[in-house]
Amino acid sequence: MTNVKFQMSNELPNSKEYSVARRPEIKTLEKIAREIRIEILKMLTCAGSGHTGGSLSMVEILVGLYFYKFRCDPEKPLCNTRDIFVLSKGHGCPALYAVLAHMNFFKKEELCTLRKAGTRLQGHPQKGLPGIEVSSGSLGQGLSLANGFALAARMDKEQKKVYCLMGDGELDEGQIWEAALTGAHYKLDNICAIIDYNKFQIDGRTEEVKGLEPLAEKWRAFGWEVIEIDGHSIKEVMDAYDKAEIIKLRPTIILAHTVKGKGVSIFENQNKYHGVAPSKEELGKALKELDL
Amino acid sequence: MGVVKLGEAMDKKPTRDGFGEALVELGEKRKDIVVLSADLTDSTRAGWFKKKFPERFVSMGVSEQDMISTAAGLALSGKTAFACTFGVFAAGRAWDQVRVSVAYMEANVKIVGTHGGISVGPDGPTHQAVEEIALMRILPNMTVIVPCDAIEAKKATIKSASLKGPVYLRLGRNKVPVITKEKDVFEIGKASTLKQGKDVTIIACGIMVYHAILACDILKQKGIDAGLINLHTVKPIDSEIIINAAKNTGAVVTAEEHTVMGGMGSAVGEVLAQNLPVPIEFVGVKDRFGESGDPDELFKIFGLTPEDIVKAAEKVIKRKH
Repeated sequence: MTNVKFQMSNELPNSKEYSVARRPEIKTLEKIAREIRIEILKMLTCAGSGHTGGSLSMVEILVGLYFYKFRCDPEKPLCNTRDIFVLSKGHGCPALYAVLAHMNFFKKEELCTLRKAGTRLQGHPQKGLPGIEVSSGSLGQGLSLANGFALAARMDKEQKKVYCLMGDGELDEGQIWEAALTGAHYKLDNICAIIDYNKFQIDGRTEEVKGLEPLAEKWRAFGWEVIEIDGHSIKEVMDAYDKAEIIKLRPTIILAHTVKGKGVSIFENQNKYHGVAPSKEELGKALKELDL
Repeated sequence: MGVVKLGEAMDKKPTRDGFGEALVELGEKRKDIVVLSADLTDSTRAGWFKKKFPERFVSMGVSEQDMISTAAGLALSGKTAFACTFGVFAAGRAWDQVRVSVAYMEANVKIVGTHGGISVGPDGPTHQAVEEIALMRILPNMTVIVPCDAIEAKKATIKSASLKGPVYLRLGRNKVPVITKEKDVFEIGKASTLKQGKDVTIIACGIMVYHAILACDILKQKGIDAGLINLHTVKPIDSEIIINAAKNTGAVVTAEEHTVMGGMGSAVGEVLAQNLPVPIEFVGVKDRFGESGDPDELFKIFGLTPEDIVKAAEKVIKRKH
């Protein structure tokens, strides 16, 4: 692996050339993203607790994946031909629950059971709920799990793609970097990791808590193809997933620059909403803004 | 089943060797078997599998946490994954990964911790696992097996592969006497009575089963009739055999190469306290770390010799009402 020159994302073919035909309308996905945000805020308010900021920042990342690229069948959530999605930043699960319900993995009515006794919608994801592949919540384990899925797919000669969404604060965990070595060592080009780079963690700005920069260079040095995008641009998100599919002999990571609390002005970049649910009054304000 | 005859003719073999042989057998029979190793491939005997089935062997480097979660990912894809390293690192370094990636998800991962106990010897405390039976036992969904010899280790490995779900297999580094026979039945969760007794029951696991056999012999010379149970499966625990033994003898000594806090002895204590409280003495490491030394010297320093079991038996008999 010495002297390998990593291809930069701008040298790759333009995604328009190979997949534009089956793309949904950007406006359609933007509308879905808005609906997902509304569901997230309603369920968090109903639960009275949960992670508002990091759920809102990952919406387009999920919508661009699930409503475009991801191969799955809500009728048969465990079908063999499915792609695998690992939510490593488990605290962002309200966004994933909202997406899965929107796709009919389970009924939307179940969303309001979030975090309540007896629910399948645990405060952090629990395997068993249709569409949830892994339990998570203890940060840093998702990329290793994803590598495991990817290695198994390779051994079995299956054409699965394994996606893994991580938080930025989560990158403080050493295990992530162990997994980064593993993914590159085994040239796991069936892995596409995504970082929801919203620049905040519980204690404050990521650069103040424990600096991550230069982050893209770190991943490149570890042997990963890095694609940097605006994580709220549906088009850039879809382009990135397209590019990730054609990278060979190394894993890909999408560094998605996002805004914590995105979509609602009172929550945007307000880190106090990291682990706090909206009040009923705040929900009212937010819904007005999102309905525009 | 009678107690094994003592003598010079007894074969000696490390339990890790029994594991290594079983892995190769399993690999030949089953394509779903995959093995991961955290850089201790020869020491854990995972290397024997690697040699024959390199395409199903995953070298993880010195990354125990990454190894455990990667093993879980493989298991969730339908593989039966054996993750191998020293017991201290499997349970200590990677405990949260064992908890969340493996136990919580009931992933079909077999965690193999070799070099268990103080008998690792010269490497000293950082490498001597004396806490990991406790760390593994307290996790829901986890099966914990501590084989007493190489034959039992081989059977335990093969049976573990057929059990869907997490297993911790505790193995040793050094050669230990082979005291079970090929034809002996091994069932996970079913302890074996090696000897019936009247005065006291010794319940042992791992290398301490052999020490207990020697202790039974000394006790016999002192006119004490001790029973002996090989409690190879610490979890799920065979309550029935323990309660019956306590009924028959009215006193119990547990013997393990592990701290007396939270391990096999504690598990036996939990069963008896709730069902049939009889006096118990715990032979094991007493709330301390290991230290470097020759294993036989260390057994003396840590109070794990046959004579220590004898003393505990005499003491517990005196406590009977």
